[in-house]
Amino acid sequence: ARPLGGRLWSMLLCSRPGCVRGTWEWSYVQTPYIIAIWLLVASVAKILFHFSQRFITVVPESCMLILLGLVLGGVVLMASKKQLYQLEPALFFLFLLPTIVGDAGYFMPARLFFDNLGAILTYAVVGTLWNAFCTGFCLYTAKLLGVIDERVQADLMDFLLFGALISAVDPVAVLAVFEEVHVNDTLFIIVFGESLLNDAVTVVLYKVYISFVEVGAENVHTADYFKGVASFLIVSVGGTLVGLVFAIILGFITRFTKKVRIIEPLFVFLLVYLAYLTAELFSLSAILSMTFCGIGANKYVEANISQKSRTTVKYTMKTLASIAETIIFIFLGISAVDKSKWAWDTGLVSCTLVFIFVFRAVGVIGQTWVLNRVRLVPLEKIDQVVMSYGGLRGAVAFALVVLLDGERVKAKDYFVATTIVVVFFTVMFQGLTIKPLVKWLRVPRSTSRKLTINEEIHERAFDHILTAVEDIAGLQGYHHWRDKWEQFDKNYLSKLLLRKSVYRKSELWEAYQKINIRDAISVIDQGGNVLTSARLSLPSMASRASFPEVTNVTNYLRENGSGVCLDLQVIDNVPGAKVEEDTETHHVLAENLYKPRRRYQSHYSRHFMPLGEKERQDREVFQRNMRSRMENFKSTRYKHHKKERSLKKRRGSDTKDDGSDKPRRNVSSQDKDPMLVPVEPQVEKPLDPEKEEDVGITFVARKAETPKQRPKSVPAALDGCQSPSAVSPTLSSEASHLPWKGSVGLPPPCVSVEATKIIPVDLQQAWNQSISSLESISSPPAPAESVHPRVNALSRLGRSRPTSYTPPGSVVGSTSSIGAQVSQGFFHYPEKKKEEEEEEEGSTLQEMQPLMSSLWPPSSGRTRKPCVYLRSLVIPPPPGGSEPHSRGPTQL
Amino acid sequence: MGSRASTLLREEEIEEIKKETGFSHSQITRLYSRFTSLDKGENGTLREDQVNFRGFMRTLAHFRPIEDNEKNKNPTASEPLNSRTNKLLFAFHLYDLDRDDKISRDELLQVLRMMVGVNISDEQLGSIADRTIQEADTNGDNSISFNEFIKVLEKVDVEQKMSIRFLH
Repeated sequence: ARPLGGRLWSMLLCSRPGCVRGTWEWSYVQTPYIIAIWLLVASVAKILFHFSQRFITVVPESCMLILLGLVLGGVVLMASKKQLYQLEPALFFLFLLPTIVGDAGYFMPARLFFDNLGAILTYAVVGTLWNAFCTGFCLYTAKLLGVIDERVQADLMDFLLFGALISAVDPVAVLAVFEEVHVNDTLFIIVFGESLLNDAVTVVLYKVYISFVEVGAENVHTADYFKGVASFLIVSVGGTLVGLVFAIILGFITRFTKKVRIIEPLFVFLLVYLAYLTAELFSLSAILSMTFCGIGANKYVEANISQKSRTTVKYTMKTLASIAETIIFIFLGISAVDKSKWAWDTGLVSCTLVFIFVFRAVGVIGQTWVLNRVRLVPLEKIDQVVMSYGGLRGAVAFALVVLLDGERVKAKDYFVATTIVVVFFTVMFQGLTIKPLVKWLRVPRSTSRKLTINEEIHERAFDHILTAVEDIAGLQGYHHWRDKWEQFDKNYLSKLLLRKSVYRKSELWEAYQKINIRDAISVIDQGGNVLTSARLSLPSMASRASFPEVTNVTNYLRENGSGVCLDLQVIDNVPGAKVEEDTETHHVLAENLYKPRRRYQSHYSRHFMPLGEKERQDREVFQRNMRSRMENFKSTRYKHHKKERSLKKRRGSDTKDDGSDKPRRNVSSQDKDPMLVPVEPQVEKPLDPEKEEDVGITFVARKAETPKQRPKSVPAALDGCQSPSAVSPTLSSEASHLPWKGSVGLPPPCVSVEATKIIPVDLQQAWNQSISSLESISSPPAPAESVHPRVNALSRLGRSRPTSYTPPGSVVGSTSSIGAQVSQGFFHYPEKKKEEEEEEEGSTLQEMQPLMSSLWPPSSGRTRKPCVYLRSLVIPPPPGGSEPHSRGPTQL
Repeated sequence: MGSRASTLLREEEIEEIKKETGFSHSQITRLYSRFTSLDKGENGTLREDQVNFRGFMRTLAHFRPIEDNEKNKNPTASEPLNSRTNKLLFAFHLYDLDRDDKISRDELLQVLRMMVGVNISDEQLGSIADRTIQEADTNGDNSISFNEFIKVLEKVDVEQKMSIRFLH
């Protein structure tokens, strides 16, 4: 296709006089260029289809793509009088099909798949064989009866061959249609599983018949039929084994990728693809191999790789599969336009259509009747209707028929035409009508919701109970073997394929954490705030019982929010809502959560991702604690000095802030009632992300500019952590307006709270505390009583004196917003009585700088003047340092 | 094997069990032979709690799948042992160790500990239990009553997930 396309373009270019070919390096970029243009066209087409939401709910995307392909094909045909693009089997089998199958296999819901494995295998093997033979024989009969025209030169073998390739349900088509229909899980997995697994049958039948056709029907001996059966076993079992071997390799490799996280997704893609190619190499069932590689490896890989890699794998696979699917359907449309490959015979086409439909229905009903005698949950009549109707044929059949050798199979052109009609009919007509049918029959739809923790636990309990009961009743049923497998998996496989750290984790605990995180996100998403969600997401928050309304809200959200999605192609079944949700979550998180202070630091390493969020936060917390301790320490010294200059400076800071008249109001309120102070600014200054970013600067120690930085001082941030609980009695009125204050009784798990409990008397002590507070991050946050009276006093103290530092945006993790909010609220200081502090600050600041900059080298980017401060810290304990709490209130 | 078992089981007893549990004749004889093989003491009961064959069958009957013809039975008849409520009740009693018709935190913790093994700390398990109870608890007594248990699992396909297939 590509060289032809190139010729087309050069033709177009040179058809004009004075063609500029010399300057165009067309032949050089031709192939990738055309591929890229194709992808672009396909993707833009998808966008256009989704413009009309109502339209897309009625017409499946696959239909639209085929129609687009028809149009495109028509245009190309008119332009060049010859079809330039075809769905080439090599392109299809080596690139397009694996992306779709890989996606399907990797994201296959394993439990559901194995729960229904018996039914899936029956339909895939028995059903496909039945369809193939019946269609083949009946077409031959029709030929003998004269329904099919004489021109169709085909004997029994040819018809059996055609029956084999036309009978297989196509995974691509089934996925494309069923993912938009949302039938219930069981029905979906049966139809889709069948379409995947019948590949082995189709491939074997196809190859056996091809060889029969080649040697001629009269030369086929009885032994050859047995060879056919044997080759079926080899192809299917061999393909599965190849897949499982690659799954084990993949799991084992991802166990050791901790240091090279960046290439984790690559391993997934490569090994899954290699599973496909290897199976193809040995003429085994490649689809089976890839499917089982995906199913088998998923559990271990997902546990081993990082969250980012997981997302990467997911999105890349979905993107590739989506593109491949789009291309396949467009190419199907384009291929249909090419008349030179066609030979129409009404008899053959109509007979084939009738036969495949009838035999599909008969086969499904017959097999279901047998299966229902064995199945725990019988398949209802409407299920059978949907299954019969959902037997869509697609690109696999088309590629197989194109692959036929026209020399040996005389009727190839007729078969091609018939296959195209069958594919079009099933995808277009049945695809278009299956949705109304499902609605009309009231087929149970899939429930899109995620399990609650109760359901997680109780369903596990059910499994345990059933295994025990089977044991008691002396049955070796499904649960018995499932339990045996789980034991084996736990004792050997997981040990081999999972990282040690992952292996030790409990699945239930993982599920629990996932649920918590989901709740947290949904709460934030619904306009809640981080504090509320922090309470829910923190496992150590044992006393949540006092907030039943919150849980109710989250339960409600969980039921109504985006839920689990079986559709393997879709990332979420409400794309619009999902995108919205994502962006909103992103914004909310970006605004509220911890902000890395050194965001200007870029990472150049190709082999390492930026430091983990956790580590960075830990480091940040450590630095913050150090700094805040210094602040407290300093603050205890300022108090004795005059405050004349501070007045002027504070004005300067006020004008710098855009807070217009608010500062003065704050001041007055502070003077009247110090207890209320921490709250009021919050009320007046809602969270402003921009400003918060400004706050996220650190450590400016210029003496002259100190006042300007002062408003965003660390003590303010400290207040942010402490004041909500400290001033809880006076909060009630504000709490009604400010959701984040509803949690007064329970302080956020803020490390700073812990860290500032004790006032450091010297640097060594401060250092030790920082370390201990660092440790406290990992341990459960302090309960309500963690707010020490001294802290309370200290916070007020801290507020009342200028500092040389600015808080880095926020506090820690989930509670950060409070700190940030409050810190913004604390832009303004009481303007009186503080002058003396300024004086001291100036001197101490100067002393402190060298040591500080050595302590925090990264922040030194903002340090413009050296000063010697820490030295004074180390030597004499500040005079007021020992009892700041006694003095603070009186000063205010 | 089946014939030997049925000789030990009186025909009228089989009929009664059949009526009570809904098992078929062949299933009952098959399970009776299983029962006798479990019955090490050969005194017609299992273990120290003296489970006789009737009790054995009654317990197993909870796990019989609900068949089509049972679904629309007249409601006046007493609820079959394999109804949804009875299945749930069975599971509930498994948690409710002290039989006070409430799943307390301690009971839940014990069951969880049995289920998840050693890979989880007490603290983690505790917070899971807390959350579970909090999620289910509607009347605020910090325990799960049977009604709350039903409510919490109302979206779960209990009929399917609490059934096994007994051989015919």
